[in-house]
Amino acid sequence: MIKFLNYSALFILLVLLQTLLLNHIELGGLINPYFYVLFIILLPKETPKYMLLLLGFALGFIIDIFSNTPGMHAAATTFLAFIRPTVIKPDQRDLNEVNAQPRLSQMSISRFVQYVALMVFSHHIFLFMVEAFSFDDLLFTLLRAVISSIITIVLIIISQLLFDRE
Amino acid sequence: MKNLFKFLFRYYFVIMFLMLETFCFVLLIRYNNYQHITYINSSNVITAGIYERWQAGRNYLSLQKTNAALATENALLRNQIEQMSIKYSDAPVMPVRLLRHVDDSLPANSARYEFIAAKVINITVNKQSNYLTLDVGRDDGILPDMGVIGPDGVVGMITDVSSHYSTGPTVLNKRWRVSAKMKKSNDFGSLTWGGADSRHAELNEIPFHVELAVGDTVITSGFSSVFPEGVMIGTVENFDVNSGANFYKINVLLSSDFGAVTYVNVVRDNHRDELTQLNRTQND
Repeated sequence: MIKFLNYSALFILLVLLQTLLLNHIELGGLINPYFYVLFIILLPKETPKYMLLLLGFALGFIIDIFSNTPGMHAAATTFLAFIRPTVIKPDQRDLNEVNAQPRLSQMSISRFVQYVALMVFSHHIFLFMVEAFSFDDLLFTLLRAVISSIITIVLIIISQLLFDRE
Repeated sequence: MKNLFKFLFRYYFVIMFLMLETFCFVLLIRYNNYQHITYINSSNVITAGIYERWQAGRNYLSLQKTNAALATENALLRNQIEQMSIKYSDAPVMPVRLLRHVDDSLPANSARYEFIAAKVINITVNKQSNYLTLDVGRDDGILPDMGVIGPDGVVGMITDVSSHYSTGPTVLNKRWRVSAKMKKSNDFGSLTWGGADSRHAELNEIPFHVELAVGDTVITSGFSSVFPEGVMIGTVENFDVNSGANFYKINVLLSSDFGAVTYVNVVRDNHRDELTQLNRTQND
């Protein structure tokens, strides 16, 4: 129950943080961090797969309503939820990891950074491609996706170092 | 039948994913075509309400700047009225109306364009399709396809309206182009945004024979009923000749600072229905 409330609060906080603050960063049109993906990244490992998809879709859809882009963020977050079970497959040799939750306090920092980076890059590249909606300027789109991903990853690592230490 | 269920159960994750993605792309493509679905945008009460409250808090921080900008705009308008009244000393003081042919059959106060004051409660500049949300809606007389003008020039237009809020693309939106012309030569072109830089846009379709200079003013053409003729868009920063093309590639420095607009006017064209009617009969 407490877990459910915690995740609900995180959901609302991330939506507001994204739409009210992060959507307004303006640095040469290149940097668009989408920090809200943290929600999908932190979901407990035992989350049922259908729930992952539904939550991913819901998160993106609400961001879409705020930013007048119906379907765009929803498509990207649903994709992120879809690849999560594959990305999260633990290293079977490491027993500590098999039961760990996808959080910094439960994983080694290198493993956590790897997991976050893979998730964020997948999401951002998918999202920026959908946003551009064409293969013109493909390099520019990819450049924007990569730079924004790096910023998002840094923000996520910093936030987790601050709020998720044991 | 049993096998079918088995199959569905086994691959439900993939099937569900594909269904959700299909739904997303249907939404996305329909929105591209401007066939908007009501409530799936920021003009609905909940999202616009959140934006409005947040903006109200933020506005306190920039009151001084906003005041100064409004005072400057006031002074500018007063100067224009003064100039107009000298030019047309026996006519009533109504700049927009004076630029037009005055029809005697219309009531005395029927200027073609009316301006409705509004506050920007949300605007983005860093996406490929940027939108704004205003704190005025259907109850204030706002309708889709009305233009939005800021103190420094064109800002955007309205496409979706709820009873108290409205939203639409800004000039910084790849899905929308503004009909523009050169102030000096009256040659028409269309202004598109490249997606990279919130201070610049590109003016296309100006033919080679037109004489251009850096610093020339670009204004709205008045061809659509979205904007009146002659609203400032920006100035020519540099221009280039595309090899093999018949048109200039003109880089325009936009006059509006989209990140900082707070107070805007929505343009209501009182002749719009008449024009739409006329165009329709022509097309039939």
